[in-house]
Amino acid sequence: MSDIFVIVEHRLGEIRDITFEMLWKAGELAENLSHSVTAVLLGHEVSSIAEDLSDRADQLIIYDDERLKNFDADLYKEIIAGLIEETKPPLILIGSTSWGMELAPCLSIKTGLPLATDCIDIMSEHGRFMAQRQMYNGKIFANVSFAETPGCLITIRSGVFPKDKIGDRQAQKVQKDFPLADIKPGKAFVEFVETAAGDVDITQADLLVSVGRGIGEEENIALIKELAEALNGVVSCSRPIVDKNWLPKYLQVGTSGKSVSPKVYIAIGISGAFQHLAGTSGAGTIIAVNKDPKAPIFRTAHYGIVDDLFKIVPVLKDKILEAKKG
Amino acid sequence: MDIVVCVKRVPLTEEVDLVIDAQKKGVKKDQLAFVLNDWDNYAIEEAILLKEKHDGTVTAITVGNEDDEEVLRRCLAMGADRAIRVEAGDISKFDSFGIVKILSGVVKDLPRDLVFTGVLADDDSYGMIGMMMAEELNLNHSCMVTAIELEDGKVRTTSELEGGLGEVSIVYLPALITIQTGINEPRYVSILGIRKAAKKELKVMDLAELGISDEELAPRAIIEEVYLPPETEGAQMLTGDPDKIAGDFVEILTKKGVME
Ligand SMILES: Cc1cc2nc3c(=O)[nH]c(=O)nc-3n(C[C@H](O)[C@H](O)[C@H](O)COP(=O)(O)OP(=O)(O)OC[C@H]3O[C@@H](n4cnc5c(N)ncnc54)[C@H](O)[C@@H]3O)c2cc1C
Ligand SMILES: Cc1cc2nc3c(=O)[nH]c(=O)nc-3n(C[C@H](O)[C@H](O)[C@H](O)COP(=O)(O)OP(=O)(O)OC[C@H]3O[C@@H](n4cnc5c(N)ncnc54)[C@H](O)[C@@H]3O)c2cc1C
Repeated sequence: MSDIFVIVEHRLGEIRDITFEMLWKAGELAENLSHSVTAVLLGHEVSSIAEDLSDRADQLIIYDDERLKNFDADLYKEIIAGLIEETKPPLILIGSTSWGMELAPCLSIKTGLPLATDCIDIMSEHGRFMAQRQMYNGKIFANVSFAETPGCLITIRSGVFPKDKIGDRQAQKVQKDFPLADIKPGKAFVEFVETAAGDVDITQADLLVSVGRGIGEEENIALIKELAEALNGVVSCSRPIVDKNWLPKYLQVGTSGKSVSPKVYIAIGISGAFQHLAGTSGAGTIIAVNKDPKAPIFRTAHYGIVDDLFKIVPVLKDKILEAKKG
Repeated sequence: MDIVVCVKRVPLTEEVDLVIDAQKKGVKKDQLAFVLNDWDNYAIEEAILLKEKHDGTVTAITVGNEDDEEVLRRCLAMGADRAIRVEAGDISKFDSFGIVKILSGVVKDLPRDLVFTGVLADDDSYGMIGMMMAEELNLNHSCMVTAIELEDGKVRTTSELEGGLGEVSIVYLPALITIQTGINEPRYVSILGIRKAAKKELKVMDLAELGISDEELAPRAIIEEVYLPPETEGAQMLTGDPDKIAGDFVEILTKKGVME
């Protein structure tokens, strides 16, 4: 029996959802392959985190040390590489998160193990793993296999697997000592900074009119504002609009912005990248306006309008004003 | 301050029906238009801004074919001092390990206080070249960076975490940084600017020159097959003339209780 490893991600004392999602997938694979699940936890004063994981894995390996108080990709890499060398797990799962995207590639080079990133599923065929991932903004899917190596690394996209428990597990806890001698850090943590709050809170809105790069020019945003006004709704946006400084960061929906839960979410000129849609999973109804019938957003939206936004948005606005009058 | 920036030329895929190639390993690219990867546009701009403030040089590198020189010329027009293209034949035979080996082979011999890559390439979207290279070249690193301030022998970076949280770090030079979109406002490049930049140095190197053998580049992550997304039910489309569409739209909003 061999172990599938899951690297635990936690921040400010809380386990990140991605950890539970990876443990779910590891559990499912383990059941089919008669493997076991090992969670690997690095941090400082992590006993309550360890407690919350105790029924999610068969084994919990813990490195609890002052020097691991903040996430440091290099320390994680060195420690996990040592552990891999010692135990030779066939599969190591890491979150495809900001921290995971720093750790996994370094670990891949350090250990020589192949890496597939941002995967949405893992299959196993004849004892070898294969990962499913997306390219071209979700317009293309790919299956990736691995050369004959002792193991492989896969990073998992947030939100694709359930957070639930799978199987009956009681983790055997293994406390390890901080294994590294003279470390000279290349990077030092300074602080966390929050996005400044604004005068509106898009997470509280019932109706969001959201604008994306399809709007073309800054001055055209007025068109979206008028539609939102007619509807008594709130304007939100995708990331490129914030990148260009056309709207403030606090209006951004998505993984690096806000998660919203309006009754209705109207997405205009937004292609539907998963980083955007990750923020709209709480929306009751999604209506998308896009001139590209193949835009990935139409796979997720409930209703779709294929048209040039500059033609259709004014008509929508007039119809709304008309209906409100009548 | 010597800065090296890795850049990739990627196809534009908006409003095109992507067609899978005969080997099912990639998409047909002959009909597609190409641009500089969005993330790399921000990376080259950031390098030039730092150079303008602190002096030094900016070198842009790509691993690709002759057509890919187009993005290097763009970088030169934006203000890079020189460009290097590595001719490695058909790059689709490499995985990220291979690309990293090649890029590292070039970068290791260049003066460099900072190396920039984009967070992600818009086409293959692995998001791993940057951090792999940091490890390969033993450079300190910071990932997904939205702000850089140069201090004495170090940089202060802000990395973007989930939910809009930023993580501020001090990173000692030399360092590799992956650049996130929105870090700056990339400058406009005119056709004239590109023509003027034709005088700047664009060097072409090959693998023999870098002393890299084919065996070293054997892929470890192998694309078995690419395919179009599985069919889903998808959105219910509102069709007809604009007036009918608008009528249906209002009806949906009314039903969902947001038309008061
Ligand atoms: C780590 C990371 C975090 C990220 N976080 C976020 C995030 O929080 N939020 C986010 O949104 N993105 C995020 N992104 C970016 C994301 O990957 C996409 O690049 C982004 O969502 C694309 O925005 P868009 O849909 O507005 O633009 P595009 O993808 O460029 O799409 C524009 C759309 O408009 C359509 N269009 C163009 N003209 C018209 C017209 N006249 N009428 C109608 N339709 C038209 C096009 O067909 C296209 O589908 C993140 C990326 C990374 C790597
Ligand atoms: C037909 C085809 C088949 C392929 N088969 C495989 C396969 O079997 N296995 C596999 O793993 N991959 C395969 N690839 C993908 C290819 O090797 C990727 O380009 C490579 O893995 C890098 O990933 P990425 O482009 O997503 O870069 P990312 O890691 O997303 O890019 C991040 C940054 O790295 C830099 N960068 C990326 N590429 C270059 C470059 N060429 N020159 C300079 N800088 C660069 C840029 O700064 C970029 O912003 C195939 C591609 C094609 C077209």
